[in-house]
Amino acid sequence: MALREIRSALVTSNPVTQQILGICSALAVSTSVATAFTMSVALTAVLCSSNVIISSIRRHIPPSVRLIVQITIIASLVIVTDQVLQAYAFELSRQLSIFVALIVTNCLVLGRAESFAIRNPVLPSLVDGFANALGYSLILLLVGTVRELLGQGTWFGITIFPLASDGGWFEPIGLMSLAPSAFFVIGFLVWFIRSWRRDLVERLPYGVRGQEAGDG
Amino acid sequence: MSDPDRRPAGFLSRSNDDPIKIFGVAIGVALICSLLVSGVTAYLRPIQEANLAAERNARMGAMLDAVPGLRDVIAESGADGLQTRMVDLDTGQFVPDANVSAFDYDTAASSEELAVSIPADRDLARLRTRPAQIPVNIVERDGELLLLVLPMRGRGYQSTIIALMALESDLRTVAALRILEQGETAGLGARIETPEWQEGWTGKQVADSNGTIVIDVVRGGAKTAFEVDGISGATITSTGVANTVRYWLGDHGFGPLIERLRAEGA
Repeated sequence: MALREIRSALVTSNPVTQQILGICSALAVSTSVATAFTMSVALTAVLCSSNVIISSIRRHIPPSVRLIVQITIIASLVIVTDQVLQAYAFELSRQLSIFVALIVTNCLVLGRAESFAIRNPVLPSLVDGFANALGYSLILLLVGTVRELLGQGTWFGITIFPLASDGGWFEPIGLMSLAPSAFFVIGFLVWFIRSWRRDLVERLPYGVRGQEAGDG
Repeated sequence: MSDPDRRPAGFLSRSNDDPIKIFGVAIGVALICSLLVSGVTAYLRPIQEANLAAERNARMGAMLDAVPGLRDVIAESGADGLQTRMVDLDTGQFVPDANVSAFDYDTAASSEELAVSIPADRDLARLRTRPAQIPVNIVERDGELLLLVLPMRGRGYQSTIIALMALESDLRTVAALRILEQGETAGLGARIETPEWQEGWTGKQVADSNGTIVIDVVRGGAKTAFEVDGISGATITSTGVANTVRYWLGDHGFGPLIERLRAEGA
């Protein structure tokens, strides 16, 4: 069951490309693979522990204050993660700067707490958190790979395309280092996934005139 | 997490719509979370501070290595080789008996007594305030100044850039510029942190023969000794560094100190 969960979160219900959650941080930290990787690890830790904690006290969270309780727990976990990174992964935390702290606004964490952990037992919630974090990490690393490769000619800091300025042949694409390119890359990914798996395309909630005519 | 021990018996069995339960859960969660956060922060603080200090020392070391032969001078003259002196920026005088190790730029720049506000028309570095006194590093041999290391900071495109600039004994030639901290766009503005770009500063002249600060970062290739190559695609960051350097070398920054040292040296 756990395996199926994880496989589905990687593609069919991938949080980024299918649920369109967590886009904001995906834009900010995917300029290089190293930052994307650290962000993925940090998010996995936060998402798993927040799902577990929220699910374990789910019977005692009054519905009227549930969002406040959830966000308090998530925010505390994020601060702890940020502090741990600053202490034990100093260089990376410097590159991620405020984006670790911004996990708290990552809709993915609150989204999974609200739609899954609050209604399900601890173990499935842990699996759900882990699976979604993996799905997020996969996309983040893919986007990071594309952006770092085309923007700086490197992958994980290793030179893949020697830069023209260092006597190589590759002229880096500056746009790839800027936030909009993450939109383009994610957009292409969504397009690719939906042309490959037609069943993932949602049915339109309303008819489009031209289409209706065509169908009719 | 809902803190069952300290509540009256049956707290958890209350209905979730009961106001007592609502407040109890909210307060309990807030309490436990705040304990967790403050506990972790307090526990990790020494490690984080050690990281920061190690980083600063490493950058300072790299800066000294950038000047050929400087290590030998310091080793030769012993522990006195590299000194840290507190400078009163307005007068350019060293402040005797100042506690330089306790200096923290951000605290000083935002405190009521220690900060000086920068007039808007002179605020090239866009800092609004600066400390009245800032420690600088100097390397001397036999009372003769060999190197003056000035801390600098200013706004770039999206972050505050913190740098060190070392001036040679003529107080006009750049021995090295090192960017200590920046959060500019990766791949563009962040390239100010690459050794290649920083090396472009070495040997440049910051002032002309009248002592006017003329150094600048230019687009499309530096032509004179007063010009440094900008980074294409990162004009605002490049200009930010140039303005930062010009502000801190100017008469609202370390200008009075540089003038005094030059007058004394002559």
